[in-house]
Amino acid sequence: MSSDAEKKAEAARTRSAWLLSTPALIVLVFAASGPLLIVLTYSFLTPGQYGNVIWDFDLNGWVSILYTRDIFDGTLKLADAHLSIFWRSVKLSLLTTAITFAVGFPTAWFIATRPPAQRAFWLFLITIPFWTNLLIRTVAINEVIRNEGLLNTSLIWLGVISEPIRIIYTDTAVLIGMAYVYLPLMVLPLYAAIDRFDMRLLEAGYDLYASRWRVLRRVILPIVKPGIVAGSILVFVPSLGAYVTPRVLGGGKNMMIGNFIELQFGQGRNWPLGAALSMTLLVVVMVALLVYVRAANKEGNPHG
Amino acid sequence: MTTMPIAVEARNAVKAFGQGAVAVKALDDVSVQIRQGEFFTLLGPSGCGKTTLLRLIAGFETPTSGQILLGGEDITHLPPNKRPVNTVFQSYALFPHLTVAQNIGFGLEMQNRPRAEIKETVARMLALVQLEPMASRKTSQLSGGQQQRVALARALAPTPKVLLLDEPLSALDLKLRKEMQIELKRLQMETGITFVFVTHDQEEALTMSDRIAVMSAGHIQQTGSPRDIYTRPANRFVASFIGETNFLTGKSDGRQVVLHNGAAVDLVTKQGAVSLAIRPEQLRLVATGSAGAMPARVASTVYFGTDTHVHLSLSDGSQIVARQQIPATGAMDLKTGDEVGVILPADALQVLED
Repeated sequence: MSSDAEKKAEAARTRSAWLLSTPALIVLVFAASGPLLIVLTYSFLTPGQYGNVIWDFDLNGWVSILYTRDIFDGTLKLADAHLSIFWRSVKLSLLTTAITFAVGFPTAWFIATRPPAQRAFWLFLITIPFWTNLLIRTVAINEVIRNEGLLNTSLIWLGVISEPIRIIYTDTAVLIGMAYVYLPLMVLPLYAAIDRFDMRLLEAGYDLYASRWRVLRRVILPIVKPGIVAGSILVFVPSLGAYVTPRVLGGGKNMMIGNFIELQFGQGRNWPLGAALSMTLLVVVMVALLVYVRAANKEGNPHG
Repeated sequence: MTTMPIAVEARNAVKAFGQGAVAVKALDDVSVQIRQGEFFTLLGPSGCGKTTLLRLIAGFETPTSGQILLGGEDITHLPPNKRPVNTVFQSYALFPHLTVAQNIGFGLEMQNRPRAEIKETVARMLALVQLEPMASRKTSQLSGGQQQRVALARALAPTPKVLLLDEPLSALDLKLRKEMQIELKRLQMETGITFVFVTHDQEEALTMSDRIAVMSAGHIQQTGSPRDIYTRPANRFVASFIGETNFLTGKSDGRQVVLHNGAAVDLVTKQGAVSLAIRPEQLRLVATGSAGAMPARVASTVYFGTDTHVHLSLSDGSQIVARQQIPATGAMDLKTGDEVGVILPADALQVLED
């Protein structure tokens, strides 16, 4: 065979390989990185009068994440309102992760210990909420917890309370809503990990003098840790950027980062600040993930 | 031996799985006494109830009725973590997230023993099972035989009153299994701990045990030393399960048994129909027409290296097997179709109860 023909065949192979990768490349460049690059660019521009951007380089978007400029003398001060929004977002997201774990672990354990034929049914029940729009699910929660809602009217009817408990438009309402919405994201990876767990290890633990509590702490939890890590990430990350739930259940005052960003692109008319906030959120999530995954891998077992 | 106190005892233990009409009795009124310092084997085919009995002693199951006693104390309703009994699991059930040393120390740690003592015991156990260089490895990095040793060391470390072994060698290949048999016996002698060993492998049971309980269908068929069980099987099940056996049936007048093929053997038994068992190695092959020999035809011979199995057809069409040592002085060079005489030594014939 001549080396010329070989080269031609080689070139043809390379061409077709590139051609076949094109859809993936288009998605990666335009759908994934493209919008991010636009947002990044906008964060360095000057806000326009009508909620657009003016193509002048400006660092103010980034500065105003943490600082506000005094209206009179123009000095920079820490923006307390912003800080409290960040703090609320982190706090509510961590609490949501903790609550979904506390509720999700027994649920996942229950499902994983059913006879194999029944498990699909229970998993199916867990995924039912996914069929409905997030907004509708959140409004449904609103319907339950509002002052004249299901919860309060039942409690009053039962005589447990005389005045409705005000839950709606508080952090608690946001927490309840987020825990409900993100629970399946915790249950499913936990289920996958528990399903792989060798139940015979429980007997080994009991046999070696471990109480039920110590079997849980010393045998089960360390082994299903990859599932706990995955579930926590899947809940924490969207919680941090949650928009619909805090909007519907938290009212206007109990903003989280997601609502704050939306505000900048809407009424606030400060696209560079909104863009800078979005990038900050992205970086915070990435750093948190890296730290978490690394910490989890260090002492975790490699088998899952 | 007989003077040793009883370590574990099952009294009329019944274990039924399922309810009502569909209930299956895995154990049906089993009573057994296991002596202190004994290597006791529960032997039987799968589903005979041997593992269920072991799990009753470990505490993983509670008997439907009956009692489990440990050192004379009723432990029937004590949870497994409160019983001074440890188990070597068939699957080893080693903790995948812990190192070899942490696995071995787990039981001691759960007993809240002092740190120094745990360290000392773990080191001693690692030496006992010859795994010192593996101390800080994860268990998944070990071979099957090494995992087996870790499982043993982990169960022995808290010095249990009784060590339960649930078919621990079944996952190992033949060579390793032979090594571990010797190793187990050594460990049992060195530690002096009572071993209750479950297996379906009769050779394993015969070579390792002080006493064997042969189980079938939820009952103990016979309990005795390996020699007792092999040479004096109590019934047809034990005779056929342990080693190879030829069964012969006939009619007895009390002093002599006339077999179905017409041969007669002098043997004192009860009158009427009897079943006899004889091991292949006990049959003697002689020239046709020799005194007291019954005629047979060689159906086939199978060469095994150390011996040859000679399959024989008797005059009534039934088949028996004789085993000839190689090289045996005076052994006949037999070929298929040869006519031979078979002598049944009366003292090797076992009368079966069934």
